[in-house]
Amino acid sequence: MIKGDNKANRIAKWLVSGPPLLFLLVFFVAPSLIMLFTSLRFPGEFGGLAPIAAPAGAVHGEYGLTLETYQFFFSDILYAEIFLKSFAVAAASTLICLIMAYPLALLIARSEKRFRNLMVLLVVLPFASNFLIRIYAWMIILGPESVFSHFINAVLGAFGVAPVTLLFSSFAVLVGMVYVHLPFMVLPLYTNLEKHDPALLDAAQDLGANAWQRFWRVTWPLSLPGVFSGSALVFIPVLGMFAVPDILGGTGDILIGNLIKDQFLGTRDWPFGSTLSIMLTLAVLAITGLAAWLARPAAIPEK
Amino acid sequence: MRRSNIWLWSAAALAYAFLYIPLLIVVVYSFNDSKLNAEWVGFTLSWYVALFNNQEMLTAARNSLIIAVSASFLATLLGTMAGLAIHRYKLKFLPVLVFTPVAMPEILLGVALLLFFLQVLNLTLGMVSIIIAHTTFCIGFVAIIVRARLQGMDESIFEAARDLGASPWQTFRLITLPLIMPAVVAGALMSFTLSIDDFVITFFTKGVGEPILPIQIYTMIKVAVTPEVNAISTLLMLLTLTLIIIAAKLDSGILRREAK
Repeated sequence: MIKGDNKANRIAKWLVSGPPLLFLLVFFVAPSLIMLFTSLRFPGEFGGLAPIAAPAGAVHGEYGLTLETYQFFFSDILYAEIFLKSFAVAAASTLICLIMAYPLALLIARSEKRFRNLMVLLVVLPFASNFLIRIYAWMIILGPESVFSHFINAVLGAFGVAPVTLLFSSFAVLVGMVYVHLPFMVLPLYTNLEKHDPALLDAAQDLGANAWQRFWRVTWPLSLPGVFSGSALVFIPVLGMFAVPDILGGTGDILIGNLIKDQFLGTRDWPFGSTLSIMLTLAVLAITGLAAWLARPAAIPEK
Repeated sequence: MRRSNIWLWSAAALAYAFLYIPLLIVVVYSFNDSKLNAEWVGFTLSWYVALFNNQEMLTAARNSLIIAVSASFLATLLGTMAGLAIHRYKLKFLPVLVFTPVAMPEILLGVALLLFFLQVLNLTLGMVSIIIAHTTFCIGFVAIIVRARLQGMDESIFEAARDLGASPWQTFRLITLPLIMPAVVAGALMSFTLSIDDFVITFFTKGVGEPILPIQIYTMIKVAVTPEVNAISTLLMLLTLTLIIIAAKLDSGILRREAK
């Protein structure tokens, strides 16, 4: 009886975990490995890839595996600059998201229980509308004929500053990045802040701490795990984003994502595109590791 | 305390305004009787009429619907299994496989799948490749929602079923499935909205033939903006917002899906 039960359980385990495991091995793990492999190959003459083995009768040409694309990546300062710029945009977006999301998350966490789910839903709802539409909305707002642009330029004009174009600029890219990713910051912050024991704040108040001290010495240090996981959830997608700079940015606003996109859909240099993707993957892994390390429970000061 | 509350409320109100005003503008301009997204001229429904006469747009909507239904069906099936397996058994490998596609930048999955489809499967890119790609990243979302539901449940129910002699299949069919059903439906709705909205991965795995909704919208935005974009945006918003609200009503765990 027991034995049969164990066997049935083992079969059940494989029946349940087998199909998703198999699907993801084929359509996630294998493609990732193919990407790594592609980064080690030579580009084909007309885009795509050169064959691995030299065709019969070939006298010259580049076949087999190589680290050339990686050398190329490190030999041109242009690529390092684009990576640095992407990191800077990601860092700035993360910081702005944090500043906007923190009061909101704090308010939701301190609201009455029955309102909390509704308030969280209100943060998630815009996120559920089409990604392109959310970017497009800012094309309207930042467009040269918009009320907002007229207002900004009127204010600037009053101070004697020449009118500015808001759309197709780094400013527009930053606004778009923050807008698209803000909910990613609010949710982990809220999940963390909701768990704080209000007795801690009462105790701090009884001990004579003012509102700012209560925040800075109690709430903020306790919320750091939420801050770090929220930051990772914003930083990582911004780092690989190509649609926002593509739609809202100017000609100079090229980030890693745009560079990768161009290798596949523009110049058709698959090996270099794969190399860039691998470098992006490494950056993402490093950020994830850092965030996990910073957000570990021991990072919260005891006092 | 009171003073800090006022400060909190105004900061939060600003954040909510920042989230909603842009979308409101899109909706308002979809009824504006002007070719430019600038001044309010008057009320019209002509952009909606133009939209419903745009044959390519209708085909794109139909294709996206087929993709979203197929991908959400597959992802719900596999994602529910994955959520159950991760919750029930101590697996090391599966959680990594399930959650990584959700966490990494979309462009990486798009590139990897593009190379895989073309090099290994020799697949002509089109509807099938998009369905597979969407399924891959939706599995994780379904699994997160289903697992969150399972985590909130009393394990003794399942033990009781086993003690009473129920086989694993009977336990699943009579106890587990009815209990997790709200999360499964919520996961399906979530996958549907994610699929119909997805731009980045679709952009990489689409073929040249069939028009797909997000790609059509992208082309309109990049090439020639007309208020028809506002009209299709408003309709899509209506669709996805309805689905999300239903999903959230069914299962509150959906709100925690990003927080993991």
